[in-house]
Order: sequence, then C-alpha cells, then structure tokens
Amino acid sequence: MKKKKGLAPYLSIIPGLGQFYNGQIAKGIVFLALFIIMVVELALFGVSSLISLVTLGTVPFQDNSLFLMIKGTMQLIITVVFVMFYVMNIVDASHTAKKVERGEKIPISWGEFMHSIGDSGFPYLLSTPAYLLMLFTIVFPALVTLFMAFTNYGFLNNPPAHLLKWVGFKNFFSMFMLSGYKQTFLTVFGWTIVWTLCATTLQIFLGIMTAVVLNQDYIKFKRIFGVIFLLPWAIPSFISIMSFSNIFNDSAGAMNVQVLGLLNHIPGVSIPPIAWLTDPMWTKVAIILIQGWLGFPYVYVLVTGILQSIPNELYEAATMDGATVLQKFNHITFPMILAVASPFFVTQYTFNFNNFSMIYLFNNGGPGDVGGGAGGTDILISWIYKLTTGSAPQYSIAAALTLLISVIIISISLIVFKKTKAFDLEG
Amino acid sequence: MALRRKKQRNFRTKNAVPTYLYLIILSIIIIYPVLITVSSAFQTSDVTSFLLRFSTNWTLDNFGRLFRETLYGTWYKNTIIIAFWTTVIQTFVITLAGYVYSRFKFVGKKGSLIFFLIIQMVPTMAALTAFYVMANLLNALDQYWFLTVLYIGGGIPMSTWLMKGYFDTVPYDLDESAKLDGAGNFRIFWQIVLPLVKPMIAVQALKSFMGPFGDYLMSKFLLRNDVHYTVAVGLQTFISDPKSQEVVLFAAGSILIAVPICILFFYLQKYFVKGLVSGGTKG
Repeated sequence: MKKKKGLAPYLSIIPGLGQFYNGQIAKGIVFLALFIIMVVELALFGVSSLISLVTLGTVPFQDNSLFLMIKGTMQLIITVVFVMFYVMNIVDASHTAKKVERGEKIPISWGEFMHSIGDSGFPYLLSTPAYLLMLFTIVFPALVTLFMAFTNYGFLNNPPAHLLKWVGFKNFFSMFMLSGYKQTFLTVFGWTIVWTLCATTLQIFLGIMTAVVLNQDYIKFKRIFGVIFLLPWAIPSFISIMSFSNIFNDSAGAMNVQVLGLLNHIPGVSIPPIAWLTDPMWTKVAIILIQGWLGFPYVYVLVTGILQSIPNELYEAATMDGATVLQKFNHITFPMILAVASPFFVTQYTFNFNNFSMIYLFNNGGPGDVGGGAGGTDILISWIYKLTTGSAPQYSIAAALTLLISVIIISISLIVFKKTKAFDLEG
Repeated sequence: MALRRKKQRNFRTKNAVPTYLYLIILSIIIIYPVLITVSSAFQTSDVTSFLLRFSTNWTLDNFGRLFRETLYGTWYKNTIIIAFWTTVIQTFVITLAGYVYSRFKFVGKKGSLIFFLIIQMVPTMAALTAFYVMANLLNALDQYWFLTVLYIGGGIPMSTWLMKGYFDTVPYDLDESAKLDGAGNFRIFWQIVLPLVKPMIAVQALKSFMGPFGDYLMSKFLLRNDVHYTVAVGLQTFISDPKSQEVVLFAAGSILIAVPICILFFYLQKYFVKGLVSGGTKG
C-alpha cells in the first residue's frame, strides 16, 4: 500500500488516527482512549471551570468566586497537560511517518508498544510522578497567588457573600500609592533590607572567621570545636528560636538575669535590664544576633572545605616573598573563598530575605505596630502571613506583595546562577 | 631559613592566645543557650524562667507529664507518620527523576527542572488560602495525606537536582557495557546503577524524614484540631500564651525532638559537607 507523504500528522488532529495510519494499532488505541477521556473531562467540567475562572461567578452566595478561581486554576493546569499531550501526539505521528518512509522498523504490536515505553518512553515514565507532584504543590500555589493579586479579595469582599472581581493592577497601586499601605510598605521593606544585610553579613563574617581561625594547623581539640560549632545547624531551628525567645524574656530570661548580671559584676559596668521583647529596636538587635548564631555553621563548613582545597604552595610562596598574615588573607584566602562561595552567600541573603520562622517564632513580628497589620519587626514575608491569616485578612494585597518579593528573589538568583553556570545541565 | 622558622614560631605563640580565646568564647556562646534548654527540661514544674541552673534537685517528671498530661505523644506519633510517608514517596520519586536527568536526553530536559526550581522560589504564604480551599474541596482538612503531598512536592526540585549530581558520579561505561550485554533500561537502573548510589539515597531519605519535624507554617495552617498537630505546632502551644507558659515542658519536649535529629545530623554530616563542598568547588 502506497501511503501519502505527511498525512499522518494531519490525521492526528484526532489523536490516534495518525498512529492507525502509520500502522501502530496499539498506540493508536491508547492515544484515542486518552483523547476521549480528555474531551469528556473538558466537556463535563473543564470548559465551565475555565469560563468561571474568567467571570469569577455571577450570583453571590450561589457562586463562590474563591472556589471558582481555585478550581479554574487546577483546570488550567490540567488543560495545559492536555495540550502538551496533544502536541506530542502530532509530533509522534509525524516522526513515525518519516521512519516508515525511510523503511525503519516501528513498534506495531502490543508487546512492541509496551517495549517501546520501556525504551524511548523510559525517561518520561520515570519523571512523570515528579512532574505531577510539582505541578500540584509548586505551580498551583504560584498560579493562584498570581491570579489573586489581580482580584479584590479581602475581608471586606469575602466570598460567598460577595463576588470577586478582576481589578487589574489596583493592588499594586495601593501598595505604592495609597498613603496607609505605602507607609507600612516602605517601613517594612526598609527593615527587610536592613535585616537581610545585617543578619546575613554577620553569619558570613562569623563563619569565615571561625573557619580561618580553626583551620590553623597547630590547634588542638579541633574535632571537639568542630562538633560544637555544628550544633546550631544540627538542632532544628524552630526549637532554637523558641528557646531564644524564652532566653530573651524581658523579666525572667537568662539574657537579662544571668548574662547582664554577670557583666554587671565587672567593676564600672552597670547595664539596666534590656527590653528585648518589648522595644522594637532591641528585638531587632536580638534577632540579628540570633540569626548569626543559627546561620554561621553553614558558612563555616563551606569555607573550611574551600580552605582545605587551597594549595599550600601558594602560602609558602607568599611567605617567601615576605607577606604578612593579613596580606596572605587579603590576597589569597579571601579571594579564593569569594570565588567559590559567592553563589552560596547569595542564597543565604535570599534565604534571610524570606526568613519567616526567625521573625515569627521569636516575637511574632512584634512588638509594636507600623500600620497595615504589620508589627515593628515584621519583614515582608511575615507581614504577608499576617495579611493572610489575621483577623482582617487582605488576601489580594498579600498576593501582590508575594509577587513583588518573588520578582526580587528570582531575578537575584537568576543573575547569580547564570554567572556561576550552576544550572548548566550539560555539565 | 632558621630565622624565618623562629619568626613563625614566635608568631604562633603570640597568636595562640587570641585564637584559643576566640574559639572558647564562641563555644560558650553556642553551648550556653543549649545548656539552658537542656537543664530546664529537668527542673520542677514551678520553674517559669529560662535560666541555666545547677541546682541538685533534678527530675525526670517533665518527660512523664508530657505523655500523661499533654498530647505530646500523639503529636510525636503524627509527625512520625507524616515523616515516614514523606520519606518513602519522596525518595522513590526523586531517585527515579534524578536518574532520568542524569542519564537521558529528552524533550524539555533543560528547561523543566530550572522552571520548577524558579517557580519554587515564589513564597507559598499568600497561597495558603488556596491550599486551605483545596483541602476543603477534597475534604482533606486535618488530614495527613494532604500535608504529606505538600511536603513531598515542595522538596522535589532541589532533591532531584542533588540526586542527579550523585547519579552523575556513576561512570557511564557501566551503562554502556550492560547495554551491550543486552540489558534493558529497567535492568540497568535496578541492578547496575541503583546499588552504587544507595548511600546517597539513604542520605536523601533521612533528609526528607527530618523535614516535617522542622516545618511550622504549613502544619499550623492545615491542621486545625490539636489532636492532629505535629510536634512543631504542639510545642509552640506550651509557650505561646504568656500567662500560662510551661517552659519546662517545652524544654523537655524540645529535647526529645532535638536529640534524635542531632544524632542523625552528625551521622550524616560528612555527606552534607561533601555535597556542599564538591558542589561549591565544581561551580
């Protein structure tokens, strides 16, 4: 039988037909069956869900805009998967047709079809569970956040009593223009930057310093020190943070009672109890110090590894030339550390930028109030949490803020990864 | 030469004092708060402040009270159930995916993992409501499987990335020669490559087991009934109300979590460090 060139991909406009035409009955049946399932799904739920995602409902109480939006988002993801299958089916028909033309062998029977799944389909088969899970747990929430940022969803406009509406960039405008939010936003954003820079720089400084000091070859008990310095990393951080929150308790915590008590024994020193948890300024100091405590071991371990990989000859040559210890550090050690570790350092900065548990578990983002529901030590991420879970939630503003944060974090990370080629999959 | 060596030795003795001083002070700063929590766990229940105590009347009473008077035992069991399933499923999924990323060329290989790694950086805070509604629609509020799925999925991009790195260290020649002997994809994966990465699979498994113990945010939001809490959420209830703080119970409960996790950590430490440093020096 003479077959017409290039007809198979056109036949595959209805998946399966192109495969039949190529002679692959088994594959054709599977594709056709999948196609029918998809069409039925779309006809019964899909199309109406997608339409509701656009309209967000028409009758209050009867249509719950929020549910419609969330179902619609799920359906959107499912539909994209359908489309990908559809495209794949056409590409497959076209490829197979070319193979037939060239006279190559193609899988025909059920057995051969199953075999081909284990062969060329193997990578797809094995990665599918990962993709499905990631679609649901990573892409879905990100999409909902994206959509929510463009609606008017808040405690004053709460489904099902009210319908949600698409409001364009209004939330972003209120963030930057509306006096109340703008003030809070600027305050919180400013502190987020200060917090990120101070806390991360402190932990990097401590980490490098500790690694350099402990890496000198004459030091005894290296192992013991090494274990001690890893403790803050080993203990689950929420436990450490909650413990610190007790330790920094204004009236009964060890910080005021024991540490300051001890310092006050030094002649000429007299420090009154510090309002760690009730004065925003002191809470800020406390959380920066605690983050230094929590975060330095990671840097210390990283830098220790780098130090051990620097060839000794470099230092010997420098000593020959009469370099001082400080010169050796400035011209050999530090540049080497930066060259290798800077992408890791940047991840530490982006981590602290979103370090929710430190802020929230230590003092609930408080004390004080800087408007818009944010406390005196809230950073953007913990403010978002309060906007979403508080008694007067402002979901759409929270979503808009989330998008803003994401843009910042993602662009910084992309620049770093691109520079360091960390994501070079061929490598 | 002799002069230089003498100079060096001089420098060492001069340097040794501040060096050891630094190491000792830092050690004290690290150990002190840890000791406070440890010692508080053995204090009598009338103790309400978090101080380092050397009193002699230590008691194990708090550990008994945790299991008799509070839901701590239930919380612990809940967390272990969630952690167990997270570990089993996540390890399975990332091992398969990591293998594929290491060994095969396929459509979307280059873009897909990077896509998920990037999307993952979008904080889930604002979408908590979405998960809440999803849970409602699926009748999954207060259900562990829902939380477990979220833990599994969230960890996939990074862990797959690491697994791919481990698989890359297994020489490709092994696959090739097995293929020449007529082994299929499944056989190569199961009998040749998998046994060689077993230690790394163990490391990933233990890492994913530790995850649910440390999460506060998701469990706090999706588990509404206190008998369903995980340990992180439960522990916080001991100290969240300033009027009825139970710091000694909190301390005792913390120890029962921190000790096993620390042991796991120190046991796995060399792998963490190895991965970190090799990843670092490669880039």
